Amino acid sequence: MGFETVVFVVAAVLALAGALGVVLLDNPFYSVLSLVGHLIALAVLFLLLQAAFVAAAQVVVYAGAVMVLYVFVVAYVGGGERTLVSESDTIGRLGPLFAGVLLVELTLAVAGSGLAASAGDGAPVARGFGSPAAIGELLLGQFLIVFETASFLLLVAAVGAVVLARRRRGLEEDDLDGDRAGPELAPASPQERAPRPGSAAPEPERSTRTGGERAGQASEAGARTAEARTGGAGPASARVGGESPATGSA
Amino acid sequence: MDVAWFVVLSAFIFCAGAAGVLLRRNPLVILLCLELMLNAGNLALVAFSRAHGNGDGQVFALVVLVVAACEVVIGLGLIVAMYRRRIPVDVDRVTELHG
Repeated sequence: MGFETVVFVVAAVLALAGALGVVLLDNPFYSVLSLVGHLIALAVLFLLLQAAFVAAAQVVVYAGAVMVLYVFVVAYVGGGERTLVSESDTIGRLGPLFAGVLLVELTLAVAGSGLAASAGDGAPVARGFGSPAAIGELLLGQFLIVFETASFLLLVAAVGAVVLARRRRGLEEDDLDGDRAGPELAPASPQERAPRPGSAAPEPERSTRTGGERAGQASEAGARTAEARTGGAGPASARVGGESPATGSA
Repeated sequence: MDVAWFVVLSAFIFCAGAAGVLLRRNPLVILLCLELMLNAGNLALVAFSRAHGNGDGQVFALVVLVVAACEVVIGLGLIVAMYRRRIPVDVDRVTELHG
């Protein structure tokens, strides 16, 4: 009994600290790390409640997979907020008030008669309560339709994520011309846009550079005849290389 | 260990998550705070499952886990799409559907 209480207090403090860290930390990356700590503390609480399978799923799915997704998106988007609360609107000022009212209301509900039914250590349970076998029997027996619906929901979410995160050319075309060119599309845009406007502007430059390199190689090799012919043809083939890109890249 | 303490803790975590949703402006952090609220609900569900000695609450918690994963995937996809279109990632400045 004493051991369980100690574990509960430690895990509860960690879970609350993690939750407050998610809310209060400025950097979203630190918020994600704080949420990982919160989730692990919550898994310990689930173990105390004899929900072993839910605890394992929490650690593997949430603290493992979902949080990795978060970390990737935070690293991709990045950027912290300058100020925690928006100063200008009324909603920004009323937000803490709403949260406080919710806290008072929930405290009243919890401290009132709402918890009379769940006081005590809980009903006596069998030995395998909350084990993967018991949960699996429930999922594939009594809750089969729920299980299948959840799997279908996961499929729909996967398809939706692919559709949402796809690169749509028609929507981004006007943004590329704007002055707000972002950091991740700026290096990729010349290669994407090079063949369309005229396809002649970048090509002669590339072929002359290649011809110059070849001339340098030829002079290093000591004026072998084939190399010298290639080097000699370098400036002349600049006009030819502008027409056929295979010559410039070969 | 009294099961009621778990429910009290879940109420506090839910309040923290709700405060975060109301206060923060970065949609990434708002999604994180939504996770907090869902997890508080999960904790209450598992606590009630223990109080009744019945596994149904744990199955419900697993379903909530699935729904939370779907919500994360869609929300993060939306944020990435916003970032790609150079829309500022700030809920106060996304006002095109503002009435």
